[in-house]
Amino acid sequence: MTHESKKSAVPLIETRGLKKFFKVRNGLLHAVDNVSITIPAKNTLGVVGESGCGKSTLGRTVLRLIEPTAGQVLYEGEDITAFDKHQMRQMRRKMQIIFQDPYSSINPRMSVAEIIAEYMLINHTCASKAEAFQRTAELMDVVGLARRYAGVYPHELDGGRRQRIGIARALSLRPKFIVCDEPVSALDVSIQAQILNLLMDIQDDMGLTYMFITHDLSVVKHISDEIIVMYLGQCVERATSDGLFASPLHPYTQALLAAIPEPDIEMRNKKIQVIRGEVTSPVNPPPGCRFASRCEKATDLCRAQTPELIEHTSGHWVACHLYDK
Amino acid sequence: MSAAYDEKPLMNLTEEKVEISFKKESQVKEVWRRLKKDKLAMFGLTVIALMVVIALCAPLICPYDDAIKMNMRLKLALPSAKHWFGCDGYGRDLFARCLYGSRVSLTIGFATSFATLVIGSLLGAFVGYTGGKIDDLIMRSLDIFSAIPSTLFAMAVVAALGSGIVNICIAISLTRIPSFVRIVRSAVLGIADQEYIEAARAGGSSTMHILLRHVLPNAIGPLIVQTTANVSMMILSAATLSFLGLGINPPQPEWGALVSEAQEFLRRRPHLLIFPGSLICIASFSMSVLGDGLRDALDPRLRT
Amino acid sequence: MSEKFLQVRDLSVQYRTDLETVYAVNHINFELEKGQTIGLVGETGAGKTTTALTLMRLLPEKTGRVTSGTVTFEGQNIYDLPDETMHTIRGHHIAMIFQDPMTSLNPVMTVGEQIAEALELHNTDGKTREQIEARVDEVLRMVGIPPERKTNFPHQFSGGMKQRVVIAMALVCEPDLLIADEPTTALDVTIQAQVINMIRELRDRLGTAMIMITHDLGIVAQTCDNVAVMYAGRIIEAGTAFDIFKGEIRHPYTVGLFSSIPNLREKTARLTPIPGLMPDPTQLPAGCSFAPRCPHATERCRTEPPSVWRSGTHVIECHLLEGRGGWTKEGRE
Repeated sequence: MTHESKKSAVPLIETRGLKKFFKVRNGLLHAVDNVSITIPAKNTLGVVGESGCGKSTLGRTVLRLIEPTAGQVLYEGEDITAFDKHQMRQMRRKMQIIFQDPYSSINPRMSVAEIIAEYMLINHTCASKAEAFQRTAELMDVVGLARRYAGVYPHELDGGRRQRIGIARALSLRPKFIVCDEPVSALDVSIQAQILNLLMDIQDDMGLTYMFITHDLSVVKHISDEIIVMYLGQCVERATSDGLFASPLHPYTQALLAAIPEPDIEMRNKKIQVIRGEVTSPVNPPPGCRFASRCEKATDLCRAQTPELIEHTSGHWVACHLYDK
Repeated sequence: MSAAYDEKPLMNLTEEKVEISFKKESQVKEVWRRLKKDKLAMFGLTVIALMVVIALCAPLICPYDDAIKMNMRLKLALPSAKHWFGCDGYGRDLFARCLYGSRVSLTIGFATSFATLVIGSLLGAFVGYTGGKIDDLIMRSLDIFSAIPSTLFAMAVVAALGSGIVNICIAISLTRIPSFVRIVRSAVLGIADQEYIEAARAGGSSTMHILLRHVLPNAIGPLIVQTTANVSMMILSAATLSFLGLGINPPQPEWGALVSEAQEFLRRRPHLLIFPGSLICIASFSMSVLGDGLRDALDPRLRT
Repeated sequence: MSEKFLQVRDLSVQYRTDLETVYAVNHINFELEKGQTIGLVGETGAGKTTTALTLMRLLPEKTGRVTSGTVTFEGQNIYDLPDETMHTIRGHHIAMIFQDPMTSLNPVMTVGEQIAEALELHNTDGKTREQIEARVDEVLRMVGIPPERKTNFPHQFSGGMKQRVVIAMALVCEPDLLIADEPTTALDVTIQAQVINMIRELRDRLGTAMIMITHDLGIVAQTCDNVAVMYAGRIIEAGTAFDIFKGEIRHPYTVGLFSSIPNLREKTARLTPIPGLMPDPTQLPAGCSFAPRCPHATERCRTEPPSVWRSGTHVIECHLLEGRGGWTKEGRE
């Protein structure tokens, strides 16, 4: 067995017990609480949840843009949480991020070409400035930005084109792994579809691995191989894309799916199932299942003991006492 | 328009394969073009430029002697064809004094503003970006420092270092640095949250690079306005010091000093106050509108 | 001729500045019966919000201008009314919910005060202090907020609850017409479901007519009786919800909108988005404004503006309908 084939069995990204807590005035905010995931190379992991569930924090913690409080992040088997500043800088070339807001994620005072070329120039990945700009032109072609926009400032462009700038920038260092943090949420419906197609094409062409963070279930279904559902910092369910939608196990997942208004007038008079109440606070969460206060099926056990993430059927994990064996 | 084809990238390859211009329109030309559209700012710029040119050419207009030569026969003479601004209490030609005074006042105004700008910005950017204990330490020190009345502080510095233009500049600059640091710091704090800063970190930027390339350029707006406001404040501070006998050494003229000299004769000869006073007003007004215009011109978002 | 509750005829609105003119709304027609809901669908820049503001005479004074057409509400032409009458209408007869609950509420007034303010402004039948407070309590209960919370400030509420407060403010005077401008876009899916359900219930109970502005076809399907699809300031398709969702033929843009949405049920390998962007509203193309992006565009589409074609309740503005059985030409403004 050669080293190469052994390596391919190791997932590209793995987290073990990843935690991120923030100190706030009245206690500890559990933004990411004990999340363990694996993402095989060239796959897409969808991370889905509503605001405050910690999905954005998870994405940034995996990249160490936010330092984890505890736990490990492994890239091709190596623990990057132990890396020093210099090693981390090297890692940045392999792991990149695409941001949600096409308006605040690019510097308004830099031209399109400068924004895309910046990483290459900082990291000296090109022999000369001319080469960096040549590569910028190629990247613009890849993401579908007309070359004539090279000298233009971002505020003159619409959200869709700005997002393409962000994508080109993320690709500039030839990363293997990209965290996509709600990359289409701020865009119009028809532009969303364009950008999603682009992301999928690039993934195929360049063999990229994605962590795709979104609140939009229809989008996540379309693009992901595997999906995890997050609620208040914890992973409550994990399954393949088809598996999750075919048989959602966790009551929260079920509620999430039922809440989506479908563009089908036959379903018109079906009353949209609503979960009662509001999300509880992630600060100093009490023991027990965090969804218990809103769950119709909650029992005393649910309120007392936090459920573990267990494999219910092959490849389908759920953290819920209803499925305790 | 070809906007429709953005989604299909391959179509562009044959088009502009070889020569792509990555040079954005030269920044300076672009800023100048925008500035020209602002009539008020151009007025300010013209006035200041005129003042600077006249100040530089002062020796060509009249000898320095005229400004300091006393002539008691001309004491408090009213403006006339020979003495355009009249004469002061010592019979010195007021026009000549204003002219040479402009050299001193403008120098102090610009030099100190520039010095406070540079020092205050670097310190403010560093403090704002780093945050944490260093931020607290430096800001609290500056707070203590600003609790000292600026005039007293300037007096103390001048007393320690001696009088003269350079020392006045140092004294006054020091008093203004805290407010600059505060402005830059708050601008930086506002920007530090922006995602493009995070994006720069994600690309491996060092703190220094982020400060110089991303933070400071975006904080320039409020800085410019503050700097231009500073110029007039500096002139007045210098005047205060001169008034207290700690600044310029008489008989060297300086606008602020001229204003204080005019106090004595205010009722009899208001022109002694009006001329130098107007010059201060015009200079600071011009700097103000120029500053506003520059700030608008530098902001690419207001680009039409 | 029966008076329609709301009738918009040949309405055009422009924003004029020194530099350019934005043709935001171009010759639109639609009407609403009492108690009905119409969905105004379109993407950013289609002119939906401008239309809503025009109906309430809330266009920016200096730049916004109605250049043609009329808006008739309950038999009266809105633009003929004196200002005082318009003040009575706003809030009392026509109410509006804006998109972002964060900025719709005054951060320094309690929630109870803000709702009461709406009542006080329209206090024509001389309600007493107690009666006003009682009504505030009642309306808070209606939107699912405990009345004890009326002394709280907006920042103490979550996004979803803030939007409910906004809805309470809009409904407190029992308006005849409610205009909701993307009321749930800023909210989470589960909260959106709560708010949509609530809007539906209230509408059914109070018989309020509603204009629901949204880009989300799912919400349209759930809440609207009629639909109007806007593109580049024109209504390019209109009809009942059935016409739009199940009609045998639809405008190419509408078809494009539907195929841009990833389907929850079936797995599609690739989405078929509409290429390109909406045209610049300061430089609308000659001919059909959708032609540059339309997969069926012909030379005629690029040069000649299409006429309006009608089949029963279904109306489409497109050349493709020419010669098609069951469709009659209605001309074009």
